[in-house]
Amino acid sequence: MPSLKDLKNRIQSVKNTRKITKAMQMVAAAKLRRAQEAAEDARPYAKRFNAVMAGLAASVGGSDTAPKLISGTGSDQVHLLVVLTAERGLCGGFNSNISKLARQKANALKAEGKTVKMLTVGKKGRDALKRDFGDLFVGHVDLTGLKAVGYANAQDIAKDVLTRFDAGEFDVATLFYSGFVNVVTQVPTAQQIIPASYEAGDDADGLAAEYDYEPSEEAILADLLPRGVATQIFSALLENGASEQGARMSAMDNATRNAGEMIDKLTIEYNRSRQAVITSELIEIISGAEAL
Amino acid sequence: MADTMQFDLVSPERSLASLKATAVLIPGAEGDMTAMPMHAPTITTLRPGLLKVESPEGNSEYVVTGGFAEIGVEGLSVLAEKAIPTGELTREQLDVLIEEARSAHKDAVDNEQHDLVSDAAKLLADMEALGTHIGL
Repeated sequence: MPSLKDLKNRIQSVKNTRKITKAMQMVAAAKLRRAQEAAEDARPYAKRFNAVMAGLAASVGGSDTAPKLISGTGSDQVHLLVVLTAERGLCGGFNSNISKLARQKANALKAEGKTVKMLTVGKKGRDALKRDFGDLFVGHVDLTGLKAVGYANAQDIAKDVLTRFDAGEFDVATLFYSGFVNVVTQVPTAQQIIPASYEAGDDADGLAAEYDYEPSEEAILADLLPRGVATQIFSALLENGASEQGARMSAMDNATRNAGEMIDKLTIEYNRSRQAVITSELIEIISGAEAL
Repeated sequence: MADTMQFDLVSPERSLASLKATAVLIPGAEGDMTAMPMHAPTITTLRPGLLKVESPEGNSEYVVTGGFAEIGVEGLSVLAEKAIPTGELTREQLDVLIEEARSAHKDAVDNEQHDLVSDAAKLLADMEALGTHIGL
């Protein structure tokens, strides 16, 4: 049975924890709004880009001279998994869900006898996957200390990936990130970026007209494909950012509520034992007086 | 004949302009072109340069680098990797861009990627011309 003082300290410490989780929740809510806006702002670009690429890919993709980024290297022996996670923890299952998906995929590929390589973006993903797949890591991109991801960051990652691709280090690249559905729902997603698969969206307004191309279709495609990789990574980073804040917000909301419940429980226990102390003191006094 | 068309300028990070324009001068990879309403559908890549927009509400100018323009039936969308309104571009920013172009050029020369050297040289020249163009 903990003493009264212990209980009092315990209650105070839980109260402090609740203050922290509450503050974190509020910060996450503010950041979430900003992250969502950023993701929203980036959508028109990605949408138009994909529409144009879908048209181009459809007309050029089938030919023998199609760039490798779209037709692939002709083999799928070596896979590169690009795992995007957060730099910080305390965001519920966010990081572990992404890592779990990546781990499943890696194990499945290994079972098929493929070679797996990993590129991690974000400290948490690296930490989670290091134990099982540490020997497969080919690189890590650190985004710590960055206030908001910019397109330049995505370009750097894309450049890294493309250099490896050109050097023939892998055949297929898959991006792992968390898709943002809403504040309480984030779906870990795997998306193949190389060879790229551009599909015309649901809205068929994509490329209805016949276009003139300047320079040639092939040249435009060759110019745009590397940008396409950067664009996809950028949207994934933004989705990830929004998901992270959403996950943190709901995790911290839960934590705050649990702390509240715990405080209530501890307070009852505290009052009970205080009452017990008073009662036993009274009994002692009364029985002492009677003995006289 | 329609005398205006929908013009959209978007960069990966945000949408910069969405308005009705009468004519837009695009710095295309193979030369400048002016898109007016009812222009034939065209897709062109961009070189770094000035994008001039004429609209009933007034004219505006943007510095764009990289990306492409899509002239469609219903209007024109420019998807630029970087797009900055001319008024907001400072000498420092331009210097950074020029420096990037210069190091890309140097990389290409050092690594003897001959196919890239001329591209990088062109990019560098475009960047420097841009500076004199807008009087910085």
